[in-house]
Amino acid sequence: MITKRIIPCLDIKDGRTVKGINFENIKDAGDPVELAIKYAKQGADELVFLDITATNEKRKTLSELVTRIAKHINIPFTVGGGISSVEDVSILLNSGADKISVNTSAVKNPQLIKELANQFGSQCVVLAIDTKFEDNDWHVYLNGGRVKTDLKTIDWAKQAVALGAGELLLTSMNNDGTKDGYAIDITKQISEAVNVPVIASGGAGTMQHFKEIFENGKADAALAASVFHYKEIAIPELKKYLQENNLEIRI
Amino acid sequence: MKVSIVKYNAGNVQSVLFALERIGINAIVTDDKDLLTTSDKVIFPGVGEASSAMKYLKEKNLDEVILNLKQPVLGICLGMQLMCQYSEEGNTNCLGIFDNKIKIFRGDFKVPQIGWNTIYDLKTNLYQGIKENEYMYFVHSYYAEISEHTIAKTNYGLEYSSSLQKNNFYAAQFHPEKSSDAGQQLLENFIKL
Repeated sequence: MITKRIIPCLDIKDGRTVKGINFENIKDAGDPVELAIKYAKQGADELVFLDITATNEKRKTLSELVTRIAKHINIPFTVGGGISSVEDVSILLNSGADKISVNTSAVKNPQLIKELANQFGSQCVVLAIDTKFEDNDWHVYLNGGRVKTDLKTIDWAKQAVALGAGELLLTSMNNDGTKDGYAIDITKQISEAVNVPVIASGGAGTMQHFKEIFENGKADAALAASVFHYKEIAIPELKKYLQENNLEIRI
Repeated sequence: MKVSIVKYNAGNVQSVLFALERIGINAIVTDDKDLLTTSDKVIFPGVGEASSAMKYLKEKNLDEVILNLKQPVLGICLGMQLMCQYSEEGNTNCLGIFDNKIKIFRGDFKVPQIGWNTIYDLKTNLYQGIKENEYMYFVHSYYAEISEHTIAKTNYGLEYSSSLQKNNFYAAQFHPEKSSDAGQQLLENFIKL
């Protein structure tokens, strides 16, 4: 049986891991490569690196960091943040990333998803969606949560998968940083509406939250950052707990 | 020890190179017939689409080169599928080393399969020291049926071949280069064959 995946996320700024609350109040959380090695050894199933200050000048720094990561860890990892072209993706994949994630650029130009899927295969194209519940519905936000769009999350998810996205990384801005649990309803809705894996993100605070997002939210993978960075939850302990609760987990 | 990785239009070979580096092997990436033929080991990786990959291999005569290799060869992911008879992906006639057909996953489950799944009924020295039901990392939409060449099985909606072997040709559907310590063990075993 395929397992549920536990994915630590490392937000990268100027080559350091950082963590904010509700996309704000950024704090330093360590060296990314060091953390990546530690998480891989502890049993993380995959890693996600999001460059939150990605700009063109920083692209080279990011690709160098990606190569350092790829040399040191033996599990898959995704790189995202500011990716807007086939060329950007080509550089990151050639540097050793297994998958890339696109967000704002894909909303602005949905054909980008199709181009990336055609050129590199859907398996390496992760669509990241930042979503917020407002006015009775889940809406898509851009630019790290700063810009609201007219898109409804469920519609965008379906469209992106039809265009070739191979996985969805769904972050609930209402839940992110709160440690009150994942957004179960929207994760379940999306997971049941599309035929690709859904990674839930935002809100992990306890081990039970992971159990809930897998069981009730139908997530295929759960992403978290601060609970791992600040050692509030240890990955081996979390995986043991989930296995004891009859979830398929790699230990 | 001279290890070559087949250079073609499919796949991110970087992660295979790095995985080999971690076990002390500096491999070369090449499409040169002489270099491939004289290597001690050849790895045929691949992430991509079957028909365009086969077309490229034929244009470069790499299909003949691979078929005639006598040293241990390890196909990975698409590489394994291209070593089979035929793939439903793009209705493609492949290399035919294994007489398996490659079919698309059909059913009420997510495709591609992305993530960690178990391998069992392990055979050959490729799996020395790797325990039954070990987890490996998979990313694929197409699968090889069970056959006499099957040396590892996996279940995703149905039971299929996650690894094949015939003579000097070995293949894995999963990515040993991304499968943590167990994957590293498999690469070490392959290098020792």
